[in-house]
Formats: sequence, structure tokens, C-alpha cells
Amino acid sequence: MTEIHLTGRAASPGLAIGPVTVLMGIVESRRVSGDPAQETVALKAAVEGAAADLAKLIKAEQGEAADILEFQVAMLGDDALAEGAFDAIATGIPADQAWRSALNAEIAGYRSAEDEYFRARVADLMDIRDRVLERLNGSENSSAISGGSIVASDEISPSAFLAADWRRGGAIVLAAGSSSSHVAMLARARGTPMVVGVGPLSWDGRPPALALVDGDAGTVIFDPEPETKRQFEQRMKTAHAAHALADADRAKPALTADGRRITVLLNIAAPEELTNLDPAICDGIGLVRTEFLFEASQALPDEETQFAIYRRILDWAQGRPVTIRTLDAGGDKPIAGLTIDGESNPFLGLRGIRLSLLRPEAFRLQLRALARAAVHGPLKVMLPMVTIPSELDRARELLDAEIAALRAKGIACARPLLGIMVEVPAAALRAEDFDAGFYSIGSNDLTQYTMAAARDNGMVADLNDTGNPAVLALITRAVEAGRARGVEVSLCGDAAADIRLTKALLATGLTSLSVSPVAIGRLKATIATVKT
Amino acid sequence: MHDANASRASKSFTTLTASAVLVNPVGLHARPSVKLTQCAKSFEATIEIALDADGPWTDAKSPVKVMRVKAPQGAMLYFRVTGLDGEAALAAVLALVHDGFGEA
Repeated sequence: MTEIHLTGRAASPGLAIGPVTVLMGIVESRRVSGDPAQETVALKAAVEGAAADLAKLIKAEQGEAADILEFQVAMLGDDALAEGAFDAIATGIPADQAWRSALNAEIAGYRSAEDEYFRARVADLMDIRDRVLERLNGSENSSAISGGSIVASDEISPSAFLAADWRRGGAIVLAAGSSSSHVAMLARARGTPMVVGVGPLSWDGRPPALALVDGDAGTVIFDPEPETKRQFEQRMKTAHAAHALADADRAKPALTADGRRITVLLNIAAPEELTNLDPAICDGIGLVRTEFLFEASQALPDEETQFAIYRRILDWAQGRPVTIRTLDAGGDKPIAGLTIDGESNPFLGLRGIRLSLLRPEAFRLQLRALARAAVHGPLKVMLPMVTIPSELDRARELLDAEIAALRAKGIACARPLLGIMVEVPAAALRAEDFDAGFYSIGSNDLTQYTMAAARDNGMVADLNDTGNPAVLALITRAVEAGRARGVEVSLCGDAAADIRLTKALLATGLTSLSVSPVAIGRLKATIATVKT
Repeated sequence: MHDANASRASKSFTTLTASAVLVNPVGLHARPSVKLTQCAKSFEATIEIALDADGPWTDAKSPVKVMRVKAPQGAMLYFRVTGLDGEAALAAVLALVHDGFGEA
């Protein structure tokens, strides 16, 4: 057996070693649904099958992992969990849809819990939901990704990534894919190494047992020789030591080599990411994506639930500023029932603030919850995809109206600072025309719109480069506009966490960067080496 | 057979109540819920829990429902037990709570 070396593109940094899990093309098979009696039988079988799968898994696990699985088995074995789904099936709703809604309702209950421990169970409930859905959709062979394994596949869906437990290591190797895909973003946020574009993965029926993944260099070695493995493990040890060192310093403020203070903020995609995180590691939260609100239910959660979530994030930040982005649906983030299907080019279509202004109901609900949360800390509200000043003006009018309505009812509220995400070249070029309370540069979209290179297309990945002088010139424009108007400018895209770009970004005059929790230590350590 | 069932059904059991403080570190979460429901299921008696002496009452044999109660650490947990082995059941679940579900 000889080792196989493959070279692709680095999509998420870090080193990993582990057993290989080959994912077969996961097809979201649309099952044909039957009458209520058949659907009831199908759901029962799927629930029992999923419980049996879990029972098998428990045998391979110990300690905490086994406890968590045991909890999932207990939940699946309880008729109360599927009760709502069976009721829905009786009214003619297909089994998969009925199960999904029932579990999403359960998940919403956990998500709004006061107690952090109960909120952390959201992931378990999602796991339970997806296991049964997989069974229902007949893909019982698509084995779940076990913790610590190297996933080799043509593609991997965000839900498959999210369903796996990456806390015990592991990595992703894709035949195709792009470093700007949604999964790559998630992998970077979780600290999971990822390499894309390694070319066709053909094993002639004999998949490799072990893999070494270098997410910094973009290389993969399958079935390494003992000596190769030994050297790699040595490198991992050194890297972990360096990482631990950087993390040890991450609670300290970020200073450049010449002593300039840089504001380092946090990006989060779901409130659960703040669990066990010390707010001292950041100067605030630069981006809270709110698309997660839709994960748990088909509709936007009610005002009360949203208010509770926003308030909790502000409480976590302990007086540090928190920037929450209003719903950024559309583009690569379709939401059933809200976004428009069948747009010929969704990235240039009805997304972000465009959708919010056209269909303001969900937007107004969110603004109300945000205005109420603003009482509890320094809250900033960021509007995505703003292109022309009138969009900001119209959004402000809606915010004014909601605040007036809340006050009329005697409900406590405050006016959050309203700013815009600068991700459309038109907004970057004329940033000074916007009466914004702050600017936050969304470098992912700004790059793809400026370079006309899609971020989910590996074939044009070379062009999708935030370090390109054209993109940096637009960033500089926005920074200068912010300075002229006396408002803060920060950057919250992936480029902020790409330490190869730190020097170039600080050279534009930026003094505030926002990154995912795993990147904080690395970014601060890099900032310390930059002279401005 | 019929007679035996009839006589059992007609015999009414006293409802026993008791309360205990949740002393384990994180409240009635996943692992304690599983332990509590497993223990409850080993008895014939109806066992219910609540966060208030007046209810609402939740079936202690259902992990899904017990988790919905979201009982935090330090909360007073009320029990209501009815059945043939009610006394033993109550003693067992109270011991579990006092014991911090073995993880205090």
C-alpha cells in the first residue's frame, strides 16, 4: 500500500489526522407520500429505525458522548415527541413534513430557554430530527459522520456538516467545491480543517483507511507510511502548542507592532456559539447573523422569542457593543415561503434589505424585537445588501414607526444605532451618501460583486480574491467615508480571519475587524506582527 | 381474571405528594431527565412532576415532557404519585433528586 498525495485548495486552516469516511452522493430523495395510514406506518418505522441506529452507536461510545446518545434514544423512544407529527399526518400532511414541523416546534422551545444548558440541547434535537428524516427519505445507508473522522466526498451539504460533531477533530476533503462556500465558512467558524478541489476521488472500491489533512497548505495524504504519519503528528503537536499560546493571549487587547489599538469583534451565526466563551476575548460582537432564527421554525419566531434571544446576546457581551444584522435571506440563503424561487440570478436578485422592504411584515417584527432589546445594552442594527441611500431611509422610517408604536403601548424600547453593510460596490463607492450610523464591510459579497466571480464556484476561485487591489480600493473608499462622517467602519467578512490579508486590510485604514471565535487568537497574534 | 382487574380498578389509591430542591449543578437536564424517567417507568404508579405545588403536572415517565419543564438548578420540584407502589416510587424518585442524580 503506497500513500496517496493530493493537492487542492486550502478552505479552512488547521491540521487533522483521522479515519476516512467516504460520503456517497447524498441525494435529497423526494419520497412519494401515501395516505395518512401509510404515512403513519412510515414515520413509526423511521423513528424506530433511527433509535436502533443510535443504540448501535452507543456501544462504540463512552462517557459524555454515550450519555448524549442515550438521551437521544430516550427522546426517540418517547411517544410524546412524535405526537404532534402523527396528529398532523392524520390531517393529510406527509410524514416528513409533519415530523419536521413537530421537531422544529420542539427545537424552538429549547432555543428560547433561559437556561444555557437547555439551549445547548438544540443540537441534539436537530440531530434527532435529521436522523429520522434520513430514514424517511430512504437514505439509511448514508451513515452519519462519526466524530473525529476525515470526510472525503464530492460535495457536502451544510446540514450534513452541521449534523456532525466536530469537537473531537476531523476534517473535510472535497473533490470539487470552493473555499467560499457556505460549508467552508462553517468549517472556518468551527475550526475544522478543510481542503477543496483535490480532483476526482476514485478508490477502485478500496477506500483509504487513514488520512492526513493540511488545511493550511491545501494538501491531503491518504494511507500515509508510518514515517509520514509520525512527522505529521509532530507538526500537529507544534501547531497545537502555538495555537494554545495564541489562545492564551486572546483575552488581551489587539495591538499592532507599532502600538496601534485594533478593535477585534466576534462574528456569530447562532447564539449557541457563545456558550462557554469569555466575552473578554473580544471588544464586542461585530456580526450576529439572524438567519438561524428560521432554522427552528418555518416562520420567523415571534417577537417575544426574538427579544429573549437578542437580550441574551447583549447580556453575554456585558456592555460591549453588539451588532445584529437583520434577516439576510435570498442569494445563497433561500427561505421557504419568503424568498422568491426560480430567480435566474439570485445573487443579483431580491435579497437582504430588498426583500425586507418588499415584504416588511417579518422585517417589522424583527425591528420591534430589536428596539426592545436595545434597552438592555449598546445595540447596533445592520442592514444587509443596501445599494442606494433611499433603502436605508425607508428602513429607518419603518424602525421609527415601530418605536412609536411600542412607546404608544408603554412598552420599554430604545433606538438602536442603524447602519449598513457595505457589500455592493455601489454602496462602497458612494458610502458618504448614506446617512448611516456605522459601516460594516461584508467582504465576501463585496469581493464576488467586484470581481464578478461567484463565491460558490471553484472554477473562478482564483478571481474571488479580497486581496485584489480593486476590492481593497473599495474598502479604502468606505473607510475614508466613515472617517469623514465620523462613524465607525469595521469589516466582518471572511477576509478578516484570513491572516494573509491582515496587513493589507490594516493598510486601508481599517481599525476594526470581526471574526469567528476560533480565529480570535490567531488574528490578534497576527495583528501584533503588523506595522501600520 | 375479570374480577381481579375489577377489584384493582375499583380500589382507589391515595395520592402522595412531596417536594425536593434540585441540587445537581445544571438542573433537570438531559442526563437527569433520562435517569428520572427510567426510574419512574420502573413503577406502576402514576408519577408526575411540577415546578409549582398547584401544577401544571407533567408525566415523569416521558423524557420529552420532563425536558419541556426546563427545571433549573435550585428549583423546587414537586411530585405527585398515585398507584399501588406509590410509596416506593416516591421514595425512589426523591432519593434520586436528593442524590443530585449521582452527579452532584
